[in-house]
Amino acid sequence: MLVELVAGLALVALIAYAVLAGADFGGGIWDALARGPRRDAQREAIAKAMGPVWEANHVWLIFVIVLLFTGFPSAFAALSIALFTPFHLVLLGIILRGAAFVFRAYSPQSARSVRPGRGARRWGVVFGVASVITPVLLGMCLGAVSSGHVRVSGDGAVRFEGPLPWLSPLALAVGAFALAVCAYVAAVFLANETEGDLRADFRRRALWAGTGVVALSVLVLPLLRFDAAHLWSGLVSARAAPVLAVGVVAALVSGWGLWKHRLRLARTATVAQVACLLAGWGIAQHPYLIYPDVTLHGAAAPDATLRFVLWSTPFGMALLVPSLWFLFRVFKGPALGLADRDDDGSA
Amino acid sequence: MIDTLTAARAQMEVSLAFHMIFAALGIGMPLLMVLAEGLAIRTGREHYRELARKWAKATALTFAVGAVSGTALSFELGLLWPRFMAFSGGIIGSAFALEGYAFFIEAIFLGLYLYGWERLSPRAHLLCGVVVAFSGMVSGVLVVAANAWMQNPVGFELVGGRAVNVDPLAPFRSPAWFHMALHSTLSCYIATGFAAAGVYAVGMLRGRRDAYHRSGLTLALALATVTALLQPLSGDLSAKHVAEHQPAKLAAMEAHFHTEAGAPLIVGGLPDVETGTVRYAVRLPRMLSFLAHGDFDAEVQGLNDFPRELWPNVLIAHLAFQVMVGCGMALIGLGAWFWLARWRRREPGRWLLRAVVVGSPLGFVALQAGWIVTEVGRQPWVVYGVMRTRDGVTPVEGVPATLFGFSVLYLVLGVALAWLLRRLATGAPPSSSPTAATTQTGEEVAHAR
Repeated sequence: MLVELVAGLALVALIAYAVLAGADFGGGIWDALARGPRRDAQREAIAKAMGPVWEANHVWLIFVIVLLFTGFPSAFAALSIALFTPFHLVLLGIILRGAAFVFRAYSPQSARSVRPGRGARRWGVVFGVASVITPVLLGMCLGAVSSGHVRVSGDGAVRFEGPLPWLSPLALAVGAFALAVCAYVAAVFLANETEGDLRADFRRRALWAGTGVVALSVLVLPLLRFDAAHLWSGLVSARAAPVLAVGVVAALVSGWGLWKHRLRLARTATVAQVACLLAGWGIAQHPYLIYPDVTLHGAAAPDATLRFVLWSTPFGMALLVPSLWFLFRVFKGPALGLADRDDDGSA
Repeated sequence: MIDTLTAARAQMEVSLAFHMIFAALGIGMPLLMVLAEGLAIRTGREHYRELARKWAKATALTFAVGAVSGTALSFELGLLWPRFMAFSGGIIGSAFALEGYAFFIEAIFLGLYLYGWERLSPRAHLLCGVVVAFSGMVSGVLVVAANAWMQNPVGFELVGGRAVNVDPLAPFRSPAWFHMALHSTLSCYIATGFAAAGVYAVGMLRGRRDAYHRSGLTLALALATVTALLQPLSGDLSAKHVAEHQPAKLAAMEAHFHTEAGAPLIVGGLPDVETGTVRYAVRLPRMLSFLAHGDFDAEVQGLNDFPRELWPNVLIAHLAFQVMVGCGMALIGLGAWFWLARWRRREPGRWLLRAVVVGSPLGFVALQAGWIVTEVGRQPWVVYGVMRTRDGVTPVEGVPATLFGFSVLYLVLGVALAWLLRRLATGAPPSSSPTAATTQTGEEVAHAR
């Protein structure tokens, strides 16, 4: 039970990362794809939405990694060996994305107009490209973990069954799926945080991205069935299926909300959708961390360590949750900022 | 082609050295920034507010780079040293977990601080800054516990190559933790303070002797001097601890080849490992015995007490140690010069300002050199006395390629960031420095939103 609780904690942190940092990566995707007469305004809205929160959102990934190597050190070692190349590429993406975002923000503007200067535009390109490749790579890593092609022997040696697991069709499809989900979450959030024409722009983008999410899920499902039968049977099992069913309903509600301009509802449903999806995946993976050789129990750290992780969590969260609440209230809350003016406008 | 172990050590070194600069700034800059804002609120003088805003921008740039390069390190622990992490992840994880919370708090309140100038009351804004400065310092102190445990591992039993009966608080029980945390925290303030002071010294040398520049210089040097004066005391604690727990490291950093009582302190010089001698060195009789054990006649273990294969690289450890101490002493002198001149109510003269400019990178040089002493001095062990570095390294081929890639990446980012910080540094805000207004370009408004 101890082991499951720590694994559950890591899953919750992963969900928080996917929803919050996923939206930031999605912001970068829409920055790269910004076009039309409001191109600069779109980019500005994205930067404004990300600016105060992206670093806090990013820390969830550090939490996932720390929980993984603290709670399941041998699994962390095996993943680090198996995914040596994609993890390095993920780091490249993470470093370039974060650095380019602040470098752009603090680059001088061009002398003659309010348009960003040349340096800022270049960093903007780096920011956009890094925001696109990083979620794809993270999705590919997730796909590889579930593929069943990473084999780990008792002494910790790692070998692959068949070609590189992170380049398998399943992993590539999960990568594309992750990209679409990030784009969708970001567009839904941005539609909530903007108004007028910009809101229409992001709502339209959300509808496109949502279509992409649906299309890619249709592609991923048969791949799962044939390429990762164990995961498929886990997903349709009585444990995971109800969670996934809630996720599907949430996805439908979020799409409907978008269509009907019920943007707040769409936002809530989108968060539920991503959370249920990942929770369903985590439950389906159980009891494996890396199918079929590494189980949660086999890789777990000593009980004393796990107990420390669990007991320290409430204290840490007692600090974190009010701080996060304050952060989001100040910059995203209804009482302040854009949403406020929006309410006034509609009144 | 270099072998995997060398490449992995080099990649870890490049990544740590790069991250360390921003980690130090992430600890030091927020303190400067809240000091300035506190003075602004207290005195109502506008130039303090301008300083706080400027330092907040520098913090924003450096913190982001520190955050992402720190993320890289947490992955690289596994990517480069999977067997080390499989062995010790469950032990040192507690240090990283608690550091994670502190770092999270720092990131949250930094967001509030940087973007909250207009949204928060002055008092709440200042309070957010205080939280950033405090949690940044705490996260550094906590994460150093992991390294302290690697230097001085405690809290587990070794059975068949696995750690059992693990005490999850082991990193914090390592006797090395306290003095390492103290020494590294002070070094962050020293490095940041002198580096920031250099910026204002340059400005004053160019004739901008306004309140903004003078206060910038004074505040930065106040922080730097106080911490620089405390540093030898913490260094003494460290040396005595290393002498007791890692005698081979002490012998290597002091280039002390032969065990003897009343051992001399060897200052400078080039150690020759083959002959066991040090050329061109100054010897201070019996000082090493005193510094290591508090007794001029105490016996100090030399490298000859250890099998040759357990020696760290003596040349690197000794030279890095000399560089660290030399820079530290020079900086103490520089701080003393500045405050002496100020005490005599003299405007800082040109030679003093030039010295501050020349001395501004020395804090970072000392910080890097100090970490080289710590890490090179621990070799050939990754966990001192328990696991060899070569036994922790990854079996994956291709580390030379990632080493090359990351070196290039960090070089490019370092150059770009230095350029941006230079643009940020030139040109005081017009309100406090009318003479500087002409040099001001668009960067002030670049982040007005």
